[in-house]
Amino acid sequence: MAVSKRIVLHFPRSCVDQPIVYRLVKDYGLMLNILKASVSPNEEGLLVLELSGDRENYEKGVRYLADIGVSIQPLSRDVYRNDARCTHCGACVTVCPSGAFVVDPATRKVKFLDKKCMVCGMCIRACPARAMEMRI
Amino acid sequence: MTRTIAEINEKISKGQAFVATAEEVIGIVEKRGIEKATREVDVVTTATFGPMCSSGAYFNVGHSKPRIKLGGGNSYLNDVPVYTGFAAVDFFLGATAMPDNDPRNRIYPGEFLYGGGHVIEELVAGKNVKFVGTGYGTDCYPRKKIETTISLKNINEAVLFNMRNAYQNYNVGVNLSDKTIYTYMGVLKPNLGNANYCSAGQLSPLLNDPYYKTIGVGTRIFLGGGLGYVAWHGTQHSPGALRTENGVPKRGGGTLAVIGDLKQMKPEWLRGMSFLGYGCTLAVGIGVPIPILSEDNLRYAAVKDEDIFAPIVDYSDAYPQRKPDILGEVSYGQLKSGKIEVKGKEVPTASLSSYPKAVEIAQLLKDWIQKGQFLLTEPVAPLPGVEAGMTFKSLDERS
Repeated sequence: MAVSKRIVLHFPRSCVDQPIVYRLVKDYGLMLNILKASVSPNEEGLLVLELSGDRENYEKGVRYLADIGVSIQPLSRDVYRNDARCTHCGACVTVCPSGAFVVDPATRKVKFLDKKCMVCGMCIRACPARAMEMRI
Repeated sequence: MTRTIAEINEKISKGQAFVATAEEVIGIVEKRGIEKATREVDVVTTATFGPMCSSGAYFNVGHSKPRIKLGGGNSYLNDVPVYTGFAAVDFFLGATAMPDNDPRNRIYPGEFLYGGGHVIEELVAGKNVKFVGTGYGTDCYPRKKIETTISLKNINEAVLFNMRNAYQNYNVGVNLSDKTIYTYMGVLKPNLGNANYCSAGQLSPLLNDPYYKTIGVGTRIFLGGGLGYVAWHGTQHSPGALRTENGVPKRGGGTLAVIGDLKQMKPEWLRGMSFLGYGCTLAVGIGVPIPILSEDNLRYAAVKDEDIFAPIVDYSDAYPQRKPDILGEVSYGQLKSGKIEVKGKEVPTASLSSYPKAVEIAQLLKDWIQKGQFLLTEPVAPLPGVEAGMTFKSLDERS
């Protein structure tokens, strides 16, 4: 059975120089689509990807990641909305490249569909109320 | 049929006034017809909640011991500079003021995370704010430096005084260039990537009273969650703006200057805002009641998004270069559908003004009036109308 999940990987410094993505493809036969990647000096690495493949291989791949010290989170937890600050103006709606913000035509309130979010961060700075936050 | 504001107030005091929001009244007029609806509806509540840069507040912080004269020196609230050119301890904080050490657009586009609007939001939230002031020292005001904290509770006056709010109508911003631009109309993507508008449309105060027949100097309003008043017409008030047949301006049109006690206000309705690459500001919540005195008056207040038109303006060239060109006109009905057509291209739309917040304010004001907690006022003087012949002047440099 095939699975496909969007996940966020945090690498400790010790892992940054390893060919992790290569191993996921070569050893576990997984397909991946990198949505975001960043490695900065003196900081851990961050990789946001959509990982898909056979369930058994997927689980083995994820276990390999855990074994070498990579922490794994589901993607939706990484960009979130601070509902106390959101004014439902809509400034985020057209800035989001993946269509994760949708205006309810009846109430004009903005819904955040976190499943569609690819953690690009565009909404964070485009939101005048700074209601969108990145959890790292 | 006609009625007076005094008659409406009598009904409000008895808890018998029929109040509808500017959104609800559209359906009432459609269902009942203008004549019956005029007989039934006493007040229509209008509202808007959006970024309004020409906002600010003045304060009197009381006299320290020994005394200091802040005028002629520099004073700051949470590092945001205030204007002190008044008597010893009065000053004005503007919504777009920002700390001296803010990088502005040196790292482009600047973030503008904290400014005057944010200070105002923190104050109305009941927080303490750092106050630092310097003076040059005089015989009667010997002190030269003060550093303390203030909150709305421990100072004399705190008054919101906004010289231009509640623009009757506004531009729709687009970008014809091939790179992203960062404007007060939000982030505008290249090659007509998006179109941003900023009005509550059918719920917005001056769109429901297009000729300023009921809203005037002295009109009591909902301001930032407390009571306020229309103080004057706002700066750039242009009653002569191009209008549709129904009288509604198709360009900016009128504006309001408003005033109210900041101590009564709430952070839900006064919100510090940061416009990427542009600056910081304050989003202000305003609600204005419109007394229904005549059929005409109600017909105006029942205006719909489909009948209100805004100009589409290119913010990459036409706006900054002050060219009069527009790319067309669209109704708020079209804007709210999520897409409009500009130069043959389908362009997704987004709002900068919060319609849900405006709905909430209109409902709150309706609630206050129905409970008899808010009486209407007769305007002390009218706002300048079309007949005033006011024009919107540009600054042409002279040598």
